[in-house]
Amino acid sequence: MHNLALAEDVVQDACCRALEVWEADGVPENPSAWLMATAKNRALDVIRRERTARAFAPEMGRLLETEWTLAPLVDEAFAAGTIRDEQLRMMFSCCHPRLPEEAQLALILNILCGFGAKEIASALLSGQAAIEKRIARGKQVLAEARRLFELGDAEFAARLSTVRRALYLLFSEGYHGASAAAAVRADLCAEALRLTALLREHPPAATPATDALAALMCLHAARLPARIDAAGDLSGLVEQDRSRWDARLTAEGLALLERSATGAELTPYHIESAIAAVHAGARTLEETDWRSIVSLYDRLMAIAPSPVVALNRAIAIGQRDGAARGLEELAAIEDRDRLSRYPFYPAAQGELELRRGDRVAAAKHFQGALALARNEAERRFLEKRLRSCDPSNTGAKP
Amino acid sequence: MSEYVFLFRANQADQREHMGTPERAQASMGAWLTWIRELEAKGHLKNPGQPLDLAGKVVRGAKKVVTDGPYAESKDMVLGFIIVEARDLAQATELSMGCPMLGGSGSVEIRPVAKYPA
Repeated sequence: MHNLALAEDVVQDACCRALEVWEADGVPENPSAWLMATAKNRALDVIRRERTARAFAPEMGRLLETEWTLAPLVDEAFAAGTIRDEQLRMMFSCCHPRLPEEAQLALILNILCGFGAKEIASALLSGQAAIEKRIARGKQVLAEARRLFELGDAEFAARLSTVRRALYLLFSEGYHGASAAAAVRADLCAEALRLTALLREHPPAATPATDALAALMCLHAARLPARIDAAGDLSGLVEQDRSRWDARLTAEGLALLERSATGAELTPYHIESAIAAVHAGARTLEETDWRSIVSLYDRLMAIAPSPVVALNRAIAIGQRDGAARGLEELAAIEDRDRLSRYPFYPAAQGELELRRGDRVAAAKHFQGALALARNEAERRFLEKRLRSCDPSNTGAKP
Repeated sequence: MSEYVFLFRANQADQREHMGTPERAQASMGAWLTWIRELEAKGHLKNPGQPLDLAGKVVRGAKKVVTDGPYAESKDMVLGFIIVEARDLAQATELSMGCPMLGGSGSVEIRPVAKYPA
């Protein structure tokens, strides 16, 4: 673990340097390779300069004193650590215990995924200025963290959950992201799947919660081909052509979900993947077991309440008990002010109003949603919904 | 226990052979690291020494003539040194046998640190 500790520390340095350089010159084409090279050079610099001031593992210290072994040691630290993939290692580095979780996430998304402050703000339901401040402060904390530390079991477990959450957010950003360019960024979903698969290959990280996360991603990724329709437009779960769902990914997701059902811990990933599995099991919208879905959302609200979960629960209740009940649930969401920038809150209101026949109210909500749309695909999707509120457009399917 | 300086020597062709490409250099460095680690683990590494750059100057004679050196044609340039602790010359020699520099035409010169009478 000493090598890992060495790498951790200098990777932090490199990450901080990356933040400075990338802010000035933009993100390089291959940020991961750039970071690796920088981190190695930083390692050599730091060790040469601060050999005596730093506390290295004793059996390593003497070999860092001589140029005979310094470079190969650093190489080794970066090549064959406990965690093989440098991106994962960097994720673990960004999850520094002195940083609040949101700052860790902001750093990971910024450094490893190349997200701008705006995208991160949207993914974390926060303001852009707040995220910028958080990244700057996070960078400062990492720069001040001089002590080399070992990642003990407890520390590893704590960081693992943050890494999982970051991967979850990465996937979500790809799946219903706020990027200006596209509503669906399959590349981000693929990255999240790849990194999660990597976590699963690393035994201490391959816990049931990690399996559940992987299941969740597979089951959602299976729906990606149907999420954008033939015209290139965003297509909601309600109207998707389910024959285009990826059967292989669905099967993989279900197998992973089964694997995850061990141990005592029930995580939000378990419940969310169970919800996705219910959808995957329904060949048509009408076949959907909304009772199960609502009860799963109830459990999710019990262990991980959030306004977005509450929103999805309200939509499911609307499906189970009718539009009026769904609207009541939407209005009753406690901290719905946190959804004030989220276009799918007014969109859900519009959908339910439309279903119970109030086209005027529906149109008003869709207009509100349209004003919040974060990219062209969302805008087109919401414009289409808005047009279907027009009384002359009687053929429109809700 | 006594101290022995290990002087590592090789010619340039040999050096190129082992460090010529990043892959070869990495393999050589890996073998080197393994060997040094073993010496360290067994308590034989008195001083991890330093490698020496091949470019330098040589100052010679009363006239202090300065030339570039060591010489490119030299058969055995000193690449660097470490100091090993061993029971006797025989054990020190034995310890040198695992040195990965002995793969090519390289050599290890084992020289006891002299103890002059006080």
